[in-house]
Amino acid sequence: MAYIPLSPADIEEMLRRIGVEKIDDLFGCLPEEIRWEGPLELPPPLTEPELVRYFEGLSAKNTYQQYASFLGAGAYQHFIPAVVDYLSSRGEFLTPYTPYQPEVSQGTLQIIFEYQTLICQLTGLDIANASLYEGATAAAEAVLMAERIKPRPRILVARSLHPQYRQVINTYIRNLQLELEEVAFDAESGRIDLDDLKKKISEDVAAFVFQSPNFFGAVEEPAEAVSLVHAKGGLAVAVIAEAVSLGLLPPPGSYGADIACGEGQSFGLPLSFGGPYLGFMACREEFLRQLPGRIAGQTKDAEGRTGYVLTLSTREQHIRREKATSNICTNQAWCALRAAIFLETLGPQGLREMAYQNLQKANYGLERLTSIPGVRRRFVGPIFNEFVVRLEKPVAEIGNKLIKSGLIAGYPLEKDYPELKDCLLVCITETHSKEIIDRLVQAVEEVFS
Amino acid sequence: MSRREPLVFEISGPGKKAFSLPPLDVPENRELLGSIQPREEIPGFPEISEPEVVRHFTRLSQTNFCVDTSFYPLGSCTMKYNPKVNEKVASLPGFLLSHPQAPVDLVQGNLELIKKLEELLCVVTGMSHFTLLPAAGAHGELTGMMIIRAALTRRGNPRKIVLIPDSAHGTNPSSAHICGYQVREIKSNEAGTIDLKDLERMMTEEVAALMVTNPNTLGIFEKDIHRVAEIVHDRGGLLYMDGANMNALIGKFRPGDHGVDVLHLNLHKTFATPHGGGGPGAGPVGVTSELEPFLPIPVIKREAGKLVLDENRPLSIGRVRSFYGNFLVVVKALAYILTLGAEGLKEVAEIAVLNANYIRKSLEGVYHLKYTSPSLHECVFSDKRQREKGVQNIDIAKRLIDYGLHPPTMSFPLIVHGALMIEPTETESKAELDAFIDAMLRIAREAEENPELLKKAPHRAYVRRLDETAAARNPVLRWKG
Repeated sequence: MAYIPLSPADIEEMLRRIGVEKIDDLFGCLPEEIRWEGPLELPPPLTEPELVRYFEGLSAKNTYQQYASFLGAGAYQHFIPAVVDYLSSRGEFLTPYTPYQPEVSQGTLQIIFEYQTLICQLTGLDIANASLYEGATAAAEAVLMAERIKPRPRILVARSLHPQYRQVINTYIRNLQLELEEVAFDAESGRIDLDDLKKKISEDVAAFVFQSPNFFGAVEEPAEAVSLVHAKGGLAVAVIAEAVSLGLLPPPGSYGADIACGEGQSFGLPLSFGGPYLGFMACREEFLRQLPGRIAGQTKDAEGRTGYVLTLSTREQHIRREKATSNICTNQAWCALRAAIFLETLGPQGLREMAYQNLQKANYGLERLTSIPGVRRRFVGPIFNEFVVRLEKPVAEIGNKLIKSGLIAGYPLEKDYPELKDCLLVCITETHSKEIIDRLVQAVEEVFS
Repeated sequence: MSRREPLVFEISGPGKKAFSLPPLDVPENRELLGSIQPREEIPGFPEISEPEVVRHFTRLSQTNFCVDTSFYPLGSCTMKYNPKVNEKVASLPGFLLSHPQAPVDLVQGNLELIKKLEELLCVVTGMSHFTLLPAAGAHGELTGMMIIRAALTRRGNPRKIVLIPDSAHGTNPSSAHICGYQVREIKSNEAGTIDLKDLERMMTEEVAALMVTNPNTLGIFEKDIHRVAEIVHDRGGLLYMDGANMNALIGKFRPGDHGVDVLHLNLHKTFATPHGGGGPGAGPVGVTSELEPFLPIPVIKREAGKLVLDENRPLSIGRVRSFYGNFLVVVKALAYILTLGAEGLKEVAEIAVLNANYIRKSLEGVYHLKYTSPSLHECVFSDKRQREKGVQNIDIAKRLIDYGLHPPTMSFPLIVHGALMIEPTETESKAELDAFIDAMLRIAREAEENPELLKKAPHRAYVRRLDETAAARNPVLRWKG
């Protein structure tokens, strides 16, 4: 077999050294009655050319990439500079383990340190961890973290938080005697309903979790919500599902968020049918001991030179076991590496320009689409790169017609929001040319005429 | 490599850039954000050119040990060779460009691929059903324990306690804890396996499950697994198997045939997907047919000739992450199984076990072996002999770096003080194994003759030994300029 570099002679010699006759003798510790004797019923092995052909066939069965798509809803199509793929595919980045031995892992560790710094700069918060699995579990970890800091029985989440994130939070806390309650969105603006928040916030709330831009693409102005939460002694958890927005919109630290977390897929990770993605988390310094996951820190070597190590591991499962801040071990280090390459390549101007083009193009699309009779803007107020339109014909019917014209117009909201059953969530990024946006507008026009 | 690569922030210069977008092609509107003040700058954010980006990351990469360059016997991590064709097929456009919210009709290839790996993992392990959603081993443990809790709750009582052997990896107790369980430790016997008497005594009606790693972290097969399952089941509990070490057993033992109710695998270990310096991994969870209703959503099923997503599952534990798991990792693992086939997978286990035993035999007598039961894929020595000269496992580990070798695992199992957990995997040549053995023997001699040499190691790395205590005592966790 190609991946086994032992010759028959090597095997013979090794068996002799060990003092057994055949390899099977080494499995003597498996009682015969439980040993699997037959061959596994697997397909016959494929050679490399056959394997490539098989996967090309499966890849071709996906037709999604042949469409012009306006899907967002938690996963965003952005341009990825060539250096990101080029550098991240190096074996030195792809094939090491978690950097437990810092002296032979300085590359990985320094990059985590740079990544942590970039996340702090972007979120406006003091410290960040080395990564979490993805946005939804990052939000769930933030809830668990908030509850450790403020041991109170209730968690509030905005109904405008990504529906899958809300579901994951629910899964994570359901065995922990915590109560989860939704805060409504304002029917007009789609933003946090402050009256509802006022009604529900109390001194037994550990945290309020909200997303900005929220699931409807609406940019929140969370300062007032945050002070309502703080006034009752709770923590404000800001979720960012579209990380590129951080290049332009006010950072969570600026409106008083205690913890910011979210999805970093927009930073150099292809859509990849949902993974691997990148959960990120940052918080105020005073919460350091409750932060989950790996953290890289700076130190000195025996000759006084600067170097980097994984640190504060007394928070972690391998030391603290059941008392750890999280069970996370393997995280998404390679995805964080890609984010670091992406961000260092774009720089502040590139990231701002990308965010700015998202803002401009999405708003252009919004304006054009809502000039069509039968298509109306659902929520007022500023949006980033997604927006909700209300259609005067059934959403599924419109969707099907547009698919025939090679267009995926957006994400139907009915499944997650029955109250928005006639609504579609449309996403436009810098990857959509004016021509493509105009094509969508024209196709929708035709459907409504 | 003596020059230190600076932090990106130290080479940043205002006005430098590596990237531009085409000019905005829609009419610009400056009033879009209303009362929201857009941020004008991101203080400290680096500005560098493209050649600097490439040099920075390339130079940093060269300071890493990795499987592509070095023997990497990190026990329980299964650092085997990562086949390159798997990277190639995982980057096919149909996979890379497909959106997780796409209508299912347009991503049938992806769903077929996931379904296929689920089915093949059932064949390999004897479990009835698999979910590929969990993002890593610990996430799989959490998912698996949630399934156990949901099933027991359905039976009438979720129970309070989870039993875990003292040799277990730290994620086991942590995962059980997040599931709302108290953890009780089971002592290992002199053979390094679960003490059946202790288990009989502790396995009460309050115990939800036993979490067992097999082979355990000592590399020893829990040969009484059948009896263990009986004891657990007789008292109404469920058996969880941590399959992190399945590399020793594929084609030799199917946990699902022997009373295991829930099993997680690590695709980034046994199934050769690259570990990426700390992820992404994937931690698929297999269950018995009885536990199938409790799997997380979405479940992929066949309906009228196509694959669809089933989210209407009232008994499900719910969603454990967004979308469909670490999909590209799933692609690579499927490619691995299809390349190897039944014989190839069995050979993996055989050679992994051969290599570990070759190392064990070659170092036995020089390094102390606390548990002498037969080893499968890894062997756990300790620094007991070298400690007489004041040399600890960390000194041995750091000295290995001077020989160009990655150190073994030292942080567990906790029942071996000063552990050196060595897992060579099946993808090492005899020459590599001999070089490691030779280095370990030399280091043992150095420990006798010149212990200071070890205590100050490494001498030939990019940096000398790093002060981890100082890092924790005075945390510097970001660049501040």
